[in-house]
Order: sequence, then C-alpha cells, then structure tokens
Amino acid sequence: MKRLLLAGVAAALLFSAPAHAQQPTSLLNASYDIARELFAAVNEAFIPAYKEQTGQDVTIDQSHAGTSRQARAIVEGLEADVVTFNQVTDIDFLVQNGFVSEDWQDEFPNKSSPFYSLPSFLVREGNPKGIEDWDDLVREDVQVIFPNPKTSGNARYTYLAAYAYALEAFDGDETKAQEFVKKIFDNVPVFDTGGRAATTTFVERQIGDVLITFEAETKAIGKEFGEDQYDLVTPSVSLLAEFPVAIVDRVAERRGSGELAKAYLDFLYTEEGQRIAAEHGHRVDNETVAPEFAEGFPEVRLVTVEDVFGGWDKAQEEHFASGAILDQLYGQR
Amino acid sequence: MRHAKGKPPRVGDRPAIRRTLIAVVLVTGAFFVLAPLVVIAVQAFSLGVGYFGATIAHPDTRHAIFLTAATALIAVPINTIFGIAAAWAVTKYEFWGRRFLIVIIEIPFSISPVVAGVAYLFVYGLQGLFGPMLQSAEVRVLFALPGIVLASMFVTAPFVARELIPLMQAQGRDLEEAATSLGASGWRTFFSVTLPNIKWALLYGVVLCNARVMGEFGAVSVVSGNIRGQTNTLPLHIELLYHDYNAVGAFAAASILALLAVVTIVAKVLLERQGAGRRSRPALAAPIVEAKP
Repeated sequence: MKRLLLAGVAAALLFSAPAHAQQPTSLLNASYDIARELFAAVNEAFIPAYKEQTGQDVTIDQSHAGTSRQARAIVEGLEADVVTFNQVTDIDFLVQNGFVSEDWQDEFPNKSSPFYSLPSFLVREGNPKGIEDWDDLVREDVQVIFPNPKTSGNARYTYLAAYAYALEAFDGDETKAQEFVKKIFDNVPVFDTGGRAATTTFVERQIGDVLITFEAETKAIGKEFGEDQYDLVTPSVSLLAEFPVAIVDRVAERRGSGELAKAYLDFLYTEEGQRIAAEHGHRVDNETVAPEFAEGFPEVRLVTVEDVFGGWDKAQEEHFASGAILDQLYGQR
Repeated sequence: MRHAKGKPPRVGDRPAIRRTLIAVVLVTGAFFVLAPLVVIAVQAFSLGVGYFGATIAHPDTRHAIFLTAATALIAVPINTIFGIAAAWAVTKYEFWGRRFLIVIIEIPFSISPVVAGVAYLFVYGLQGLFGPMLQSAEVRVLFALPGIVLASMFVTAPFVARELIPLMQAQGRDLEEAATSLGASGWRTFFSVTLPNIKWALLYGVVLCNARVMGEFGAVSVVSGNIRGQTNTLPLHIELLYHDYNAVGAFAAASILALLAVVTIVAKVLLERQGAGRRSRPALAAPIVEAKP
C-alpha cells in the first residue's frame, strides 16, 4: 500500500508540475469538439515547420469540447494559449472576461477566420427526392434533419441560413420568411440536441431525406459512412460560418508563449495550413490552394450574419433570446 | 399443504406469482444489463482483433488507461483511510454531531456527480474562492490530475465508510475495550482486534470504491479540461472516441472498463464468500449482539 501511495504521489507531482517555464515549448489549443482530425494533421505539419524556422522542438496539446464549454473552462483556469473555435460568440465571452483582447478580429487575416464553411445538404444516394435548394425543404414529402437550434450552434446557422434565403425570396417580407422557416420546422421529425446526434439520426436510424449541417461535416460523413450512400448538395445561397481563432492573451502573457501562439495561428494561413484545412472539407481563401480544391466546393453565394441580421448580438436578441422569433416559430409546431 | 395447516400464506408463495416475478427479473436483467454488455464486446471486435489492438495501443488510449489507474492509485487509498477513520469515529466514540457526521459522509451518494464537479469549479476555479491564489502559487488543481483526483474522491468518499459503519456498529466496542484493558496500545488494538474483524468488509468497500473511481464520468468531465494525452481519463476518452465517429474504438476502450467491471464482480463474489457484504452481516453480528444482557 505504501509503495502504491508513493507511486501515486510521484504521479501527482509529475502531472501538476507547472508547465510554466522561461520559454515554454508546449502550447495548448482549445478547440471545438469535432476538430480532432483537422488539428491532429495541422500539428503534425506545424511542429517540423516551426523547428525548421526556429530550431525549437515544441509539442502542441489539444483539448476538444463544445466551444461554450471551452470558453467557460478557460475563464475558470484552463491554460489554453490559443483558441480555435467555431463560434464567434464564444470568443466574445473570453473578451468580456478579459482573456482575449478586444481587437482580436484584426490580429489575423479574414477577421481571424483562417477557413470557413456553410450550412449545406447531405441527401441519400441518387437524391431520390430531388432536393436542390432551400425551397425544396418546405415540400410536404420531404423530411428534414437538423438539431434543435435552441441547444445547437450548428442548427442556429441552419436556421439563419434558411431565414436569410427566405428573406431574399420574399423581398424582405419578415412574416413570409417566418412562415417559410416554420414550414421547414414542421418537416423535422426529431430535433436532436447536437450536430453529432442529428448525424446519428440520419445515418444510423435512417430517418429523414436530408441532413443539414456544415459542409465540412457533410464531407466527413460521406467519407466515414460510405460516399456511395450519400450525395452532397450545395444550396444556391447559404450563410458564412466562420471558424475564428485567437490568442488567449492572459494565458500567453503569463506563460510567455505569445510568440509560439502567434506562429501557430499564422501557420493556419500558410499554404500548407490552408491545404490541410481544405483537405478536411473547409473552404479557404488562399490563392494557390483554393483553385486546387475548387472541384469539391461548388459555387455558392454566401451572406453574412452581419449583413443580414446586423451581427451576432442582434441576431441573438431578435431570434434566439427566450420568447424571440425562434421560440415563437418553434412553439407553434 | 402448508396453507391447510393454518399458516397464513406468505407473499410470493403462489407458484404463478413466483414464476412471473422470476421471469420478469430475468428478462429485464438480460435486456438492460446483459445485452448492452454483449454489444460492447461484439462491437469492440467488429473490425477485428488488429483494430482493437491498435485502438488500445494508441498513445491517447494508453495514456487514458494510465491516468485512470493513477487516479485510482491515489484516490482509493486516501478514501480507504478516510473511510476507516470515519467509521471508527462514528462507531467507537460518542460525541455531539455524530449523526450529522454520518449524514455528511453519505452526501456524495445523493448528489449528482456533475454538481460535485461544478462545486469544485467554484472553489478552485479562477473565478472561485482559491483559484487566483493557487494560480499565483503556480499550483494547478483544476484541469490537471489533482482536480481529477479530488472530484473522484468526492464521489467515492462514502464507499468504504458505508461498508464499515453498520458492521462496526453491530460489533460494538466490547472487544476493543477488552484489548485496551489488557494493556494494548491504540495501534495494537486496531491492527490485532479491529482490523481482522472488518477486513473482508473493508476489502469489499475498497473494491467498490475502486470500480467507481475508474468509471467516474460526470464530476471528472467538468474539471478535466479534456486535454488529450494529459487529462483525459478512460471514461472521457470513450465519449471522445464515440464523438469522433470512431464507434469501434469507443467500444474497444469501453470493453477495458467493462473488463474492470467483471474483475470487480468476481472480486466481490469472492469477498462475499469470505463473509463481506451486507448479506452475511447479521450472522456475523448476531453472537455479539446477543451476548449483551
């Protein structure tokens, strides 16, 4: 027993030894829950590139969870040097708590979003219901799968994209747009709580004719569950989904890891970094890489939350706050 | 017929009821307990032994197993000592607040582990009571091993004590008093008199405590920070593999935990044969209780 205790204490010391050093050679990247493979590939490429540049060996640690939870954990003391999220609002939470500087969107190109995606469609093989665009989703013979917008960030993009499409189609008539979105809601047989659960419903329980989720996800699902079983359909218009990145200044300053953190996030914008992101189903802006992958990314017109809804704060207030438009539409089901 | 002899019929004596009851329990047991376990085993090997081996050999999985074992190696001995001390204090001494202490020991049983995790956030988190102090002292509690151990310990604190308290209560203080009156020291009394009497119950508690520490998800999930290869315990790793569309990997990792459960059950059965556990307690306690006037 004594020996066990000693071993335990030794292990405890080993783990709790402060990572704080003069020049930290490790970096913790707190990321969203489904980005494991993407950042595993990024890290594998970054480490030798950084060594070539600086001669320094570094390790990159990854933490993956829902980004709201990650932001909360960082505020409670999770020492992440950088965040790579899929929700701008969760970085805003870090800004409010003084962990990320207010001008974070100016620190890196494209408003600190190295790659992007959009809500897109995944249909069953051969597209038997002929689903091509948002207006097919209101047809009575179509069953639509996406998670509950009350609980899922992913579904909020879907909701806003459908709403934005309807606003354009009905010349900005809010009432008609809301009717349109409500009709889509009526076609959803089950609202799962998160994106992955919705995928399970569509893929494993074989419910629904079309799954709506990020384009990068639809590509991953095709790869994972058989590309001959599903077809990807890109709607004519969709909503830009940014994948914002930021240095967590408060942690980086404390650990002295600012330079490494910047180098890491800069790497996402290099040709190599962009290629990895594209290989994992994300759209990128890099002039060399984007054309290489053009075939896999059909033309789509993207609108932004800023342009259509006046920013996330306003969208939150008008659509997602309790009693707001989403609640009214969802409640009428 | 027993009924004819005038004895009132006992509940469950009628064959129909008996059979129905047994059938219901068997079917439910098979359906809710056995079937999922079989699924785990089948799924874990559905892509072949090679894939199973590869999942287990992956550095992240290996680290998760190591971390879970390390957590148990720290948490279980501490909780064992705590359990013995608590049971001793509650059963061998009379003091004000004794009942209150029993209630406190049992609290973790009735609280959802997630609540425990969140409570630790409020105590050790940067926004919490000691967080800023700990950070300036460079001590990491949350999102590191100490936090995981603390959360696991909270959840499993009652296991050993709860096994010991009823037994030690039934045994009373007579033997210890006799030993003391014959001149034995406190330690001697404990090791020569008390410990032999409680050893099987103690081991039983330790086994249960260990199983629970290794399987704990809720509380650990809140304080872990989910850093792969650093703070991901086996249960967390299973969830993570599952969410990565790696269902087979998740089942492979789950089978390790399930294996632990089987070992626990075997240990439990063996210990019960030795007289530990609730089943045999009245028999053990009986002579001592009856010896009292």
